[in-house]
Amino acid sequence: MSGLYRLLLHLYPKAFRHEYGEEMTDDFARTTAHAGSLGKAGLLMKAVADVGGNAFVVHWNILRQDLGYTARTWNRGRGFALTAMLVTALGVGANTAAFSVADFVLLRPLPFPDAEAIVRLCEGPREGGGWGCMNQLSPANYRDFKTQNSSLISIGAFGGSSINLVGIGEPRRIAIATVTPELLPVLGVQPIRGRVFGPSDQDRDAVVISYGLWQSQFSGDRDVVGRVVNLDGGVRTIIGVMPRGFYFPARETEMWSALTLEPDDYANRANSYIEAVGRLKPGVTFEQARADLRAIATRLSQQYPDTNAETGISFYRMRENMSPRFRTMLLGLGGASLCLLLLTCANLANLLLARAASRERELAVRAALGAGRERLMRQLITESVAIAVLGGAAGIGVALVCIPLFSSLVPPTLPVANQPALDLRVLAFALLSTAAIGLGFGLFPALRGRRSGFAALRDGARTTGGRTQRVRSVLVTVEVMLSVGLLIVTGLLGRAVWRVQAIAPGFRSEDVLTLQTALPRPKYDDPVRRGQFYEQVLPGVRALPGVQSAGFISGLPIAMPALITGVEVPGQPVRDRRLSGVSHRWITPQYFETMGIPLIRGRDVEITDTAARQWVAVVSASFVARYWPGQDGIGKTFKHLGKERTVVGIVGDVKVRGLERTSEPQLYVPALQCPDGLPPQFDPKALVVRHSGAPDSLMGPIRQIVRAADPEQPISSVRPMDDVVASVTADRRAQLQLLGAFAIVAVLLCGVGIYGLLAYSVAQRSQEIGVRLALGAEPSQVGRMIFADGMRLTLIGIVPGAVGAYFAGRAMQALLFGITPSDPMTFTTAIAAALLMAFAGSVLPVLRAVRVSPTSVLKAE
Amino acid sequence: MTIDDRDEIDALLPLQHAEFHILLALSGGDCHGYGIIQDVEARTNGALRLSPGTLYRTIQRLLEQGLVEEPRKPARPVGKSDPRRRYYRITRLGTAVARAETQRLTELVRLAKHVWRVAESS
Repeated sequence: MSGLYRLLLHLYPKAFRHEYGEEMTDDFARTTAHAGSLGKAGLLMKAVADVGGNAFVVHWNILRQDLGYTARTWNRGRGFALTAMLVTALGVGANTAAFSVADFVLLRPLPFPDAEAIVRLCEGPREGGGWGCMNQLSPANYRDFKTQNSSLISIGAFGGSSINLVGIGEPRRIAIATVTPELLPVLGVQPIRGRVFGPSDQDRDAVVISYGLWQSQFSGDRDVVGRVVNLDGGVRTIIGVMPRGFYFPARETEMWSALTLEPDDYANRANSYIEAVGRLKPGVTFEQARADLRAIATRLSQQYPDTNAETGISFYRMRENMSPRFRTMLLGLGGASLCLLLLTCANLANLLLARAASRERELAVRAALGAGRERLMRQLITESVAIAVLGGAAGIGVALVCIPLFSSLVPPTLPVANQPALDLRVLAFALLSTAAIGLGFGLFPALRGRRSGFAALRDGARTTGGRTQRVRSVLVTVEVMLSVGLLIVTGLLGRAVWRVQAIAPGFRSEDVLTLQTALPRPKYDDPVRRGQFYEQVLPGVRALPGVQSAGFISGLPIAMPALITGVEVPGQPVRDRRLSGVSHRWITPQYFETMGIPLIRGRDVEITDTAARQWVAVVSASFVARYWPGQDGIGKTFKHLGKERTVVGIVGDVKVRGLERTSEPQLYVPALQCPDGLPPQFDPKALVVRHSGAPDSLMGPIRQIVRAADPEQPISSVRPMDDVVASVTADRRAQLQLLGAFAIVAVLLCGVGIYGLLAYSVAQRSQEIGVRLALGAEPSQVGRMIFADGMRLTLIGIVPGAVGAYFAGRAMQALLFGITPSDPMTFTTAIAAALLMAFAGSVLPVLRAVRVSPTSVLKAE
Repeated sequence: MTIDDRDEIDALLPLQHAEFHILLALSGGDCHGYGIIQDVEARTNGALRLSPGTLYRTIQRLLEQGLVEEPRKPARPVGKSDPRRRYYRITRLGTAVARAETQRLTELVRLAKHVWRVAESS
C-alpha cells in the first residue's frame, strides 16, 4: 500500500515530494493500519483523488509564482519579450496558414460522402495525357462506358454553361450545370430543401439551386421550392436547394438543370460535350476500374475506327482534378514555411541563450539561496513556454489574416470553397508548431542552466560563455543557411514569373474593358436577330466619349481557352481535331483594332459579310504557316463546320491558351456567317472596348445602351483585359509574394541573429580586446577580427544553403519556366544579399570593438 | 501591534478552513502532521478529517507565509514526542492571524444573528 502511495506522490513537484513525501507516506500508513482489505482499497481510491487534486494545486501555485516572476523579468526587458513573441507569431502564423491551405487542397477529403470513391471520366488520347479532363465525352461513348463497365456502382453525366436569370432584380448571368438524374445521387449529397431530379422525363423544366443563390436571390425563402423562375426566356420550376458548401462541378455553379439525352444526341460519336462522374463499387480499386474502362475504350476504337481510332480515356479521382503545379506550389510553400519555422526556433534559441548567459549570475545567486535546480529549470521552461503560448496565440491571428492571401493557391477546378475555414486540424497544427518552438528553444537554455551551478559565482563577473558561444555560432550558421536557401528559391521563382509576364500575348491588353452579354436561346436562335443586337449596341458604344473602338467575340483569349475545331483544307489529309485543331471564334468588325492585334495582310471582317455573301475568314499567321507553308494565305479556301470559306485577312498570333501554353492557330469568322443550329457558346458575347481615361465612367452608359437594345439582357464579368492576362499568373504571383515575405523575414531574423552574436561576443571579449589594444594592436585589426567572425559564419552557412536551394529548385522545376535551378544571376544576387545582411549585422559590434578603451577596461579589472 | 502588522494580518484574511484548523491545532503546542490530523478530527468530533494531501499543501503555504515554522527541537509537544517526525510550531504572526480570524468570524456570527432576529420579529 505504502509503495503504491509513494508512486502516487510522483504527481507532486520533486521539491515538494522531497520535503513532505516521507511524512505523507507515514501518515497514510497510520491511517490505513487498522482498515480491512476492502477499507484499504477504499482509502487508496480516496488517496488517488486527494493526491491528484492537491498536486494540481501545488503545481498551479508554482506556475502562478513563475508566471509572476516571468512578468516581472519581461517588464525589465520588454524588447526581448516582444521580439521573441513577434518571432514566434510569425513562425506559427506562416506555418499554420500554409498548412491549412496545403491540407485543404492536397489532403482533406472532398466534401462528399466517401469522396475517395468518386471518379471522373472523360475522353483522352490513347497514350499519355495531362491532368484533368482532356476531351469531353460524346453521349454515345458515355452510354457505352455506362452500360459496359463492371467497376462503377453508378455513373452520371454533366455539361456546363451559363444562363440568364431574369425577373428577380437586375438580370443576372449565372453558371449552371446540366446533370443527368444519376449525377447528384452519385455525389451522395442530399438537398436541404425539396428533392433532386427524378429518373423519368418529368423534370425537364426543373432546376435545383445552390445555397448561395437561395440566399442571395431568394433571401433564403423557406417556400422557394415550387417557385417559378425565368431563365433565358423560358420558365423553370425550382425543385430543390443544395446545402451550403456543395460545389459541383465548379465553385461558380449556382444552379443545376436536368440533362436529358435524346436519340439524336447519340448519332454523332465525334460530338463530345459532356463529362462523367462515377462511384467505384466497394472493393474495386481505382486501378482496376481504370483497366476496365481502358478495355472498353479499346473495344470502341475497334468498333468505330472513324471516330474513335485515337480516343482513349482520361480517368482520375475527383480529388486529382487540378493542375499538378498547385501541388508543387503548395509543397514549395510548405517547405518554405517549415524553413521559416526552423529559423524561428534557431533565432529564439539564440535569443534565449544570450539571455540565459547574461542571467547566469542571477540564476547562480538564486541557486545559492536555496532554489533547487529543478525549480530553476522549471522557471526557465515556464518563461519559454509563456512566450511560445502568447506568440502562438498571436500566430493564429497572423494565420487568419494570411489565409485569404493564399486563396489563389486553391485550384479553381476543385469542388471546394476558395479558402479553408479555421478548424480543429488547423488549430491542432498551430498548437503543434507552438509546442515545437516552445520546446525547441526553451530546452536549450534550460539544459544549460542545469549545468551552471555555482561556476558563475566562483568566476566573479566573468561568465562561462565558451560553449554557449559555440552553440550560438551553429544556430547563426543554420539561420544563414535557411535564409540563403529561401532567398535563392524566391529569386528563382521570381525570375520565372517575370519571364512569364514578359511574354507578349499577341494583343495589347491595356485600356481595354471587357464584359459579357450572353444572348439567351431560343430568343436569339436566328443569327439575324443576334446581328440586330450587335448593330444596336456597337455604334452606341463606339460613339461614347473616350471610346476608340469596340467589337464582339465568342470568347476572350486566355479567359476562354476552349472552342477548338478541325478544318479541312482541299488537297490535304483530314487531321484529327484532338491532335491538331484550330481555335475558332466568331467576331464583329473592329475586334482586331480594339485588341491591338496587328492585321498583317488583307482585311478585317466587315458588316457586309452576311450569310448571303461569300463566306470568309480571317486567320492567324501560324494558321497560314501550318496549312500553306511558304505561301500567301489570302484567297485560299478551306472547309469549316461543313461550309467553305475563303481567307480574306491574316492577323498576328495570340496566346489563346494563356502565356505559358502553346496555342492552336487561330481562325476568326464573321458573326453573321453562322451555320444553322450552332450552339450558343459560339455566339459573339464578349464585348471588348478600347478607351482612354477611366473605365468606370463607361459602365453606366454601356448598361443603358444594352438595356435599350434588350431590357432583359444581363451584363456580367466586367473586367479590364489587363486583369484577364494577370489572372494567368495570379497563383504564381501569390506564391511568390508569400515566399518573398518569408525570405525578407528570414533575412531580417538572420541579420538580427548575427548582430546579437557578435555584439555579445564583443561585450564578453572586451577585456581581451583591451589587452590587445594596450599591447599595441591597431583598432582596425581588432575590427577586422570581429568582422571576420561574422563573415566566417555567414560563408559557412551560405554553402549548404545554396546547395539546398539548388535541390529545392530542381524539385520545383515545373514552375521555373525554363530558368535553370542553378541560375547564376539568382545565386549571385541572393548570396550578395546574404553577405550584405551579414555586413549590416556586423557594423555596430565592429564599431563597438574598435571603440573599446584599453585604460577603462584594465581599470575595471 | 503596529499599523504595518495590522496590514500584514489583514492581507492574509480570511483563512481557509484547513489553515484555520491547523493554526488552532498548533496553538496548543508543537505538533507533527499526523498529530494535527488527529487533533482536528477530535476537536470537530470527526466532522473534519484532513487528508495528508491537503494537510501538507496547507502546511507548505503556512510556512511560506510565515504563520508556521519548523522548530529544531519540539517544545511542549502535543502528546508524546516522536524524534523521527517533523514538528511544526505556530509563529507570533500565526497566532495573531488566527486571533484576527476568530475575531472576524465572531463579528460575522454576531451580524448574522442580528439579521435573523430582525427577520423573525418582523
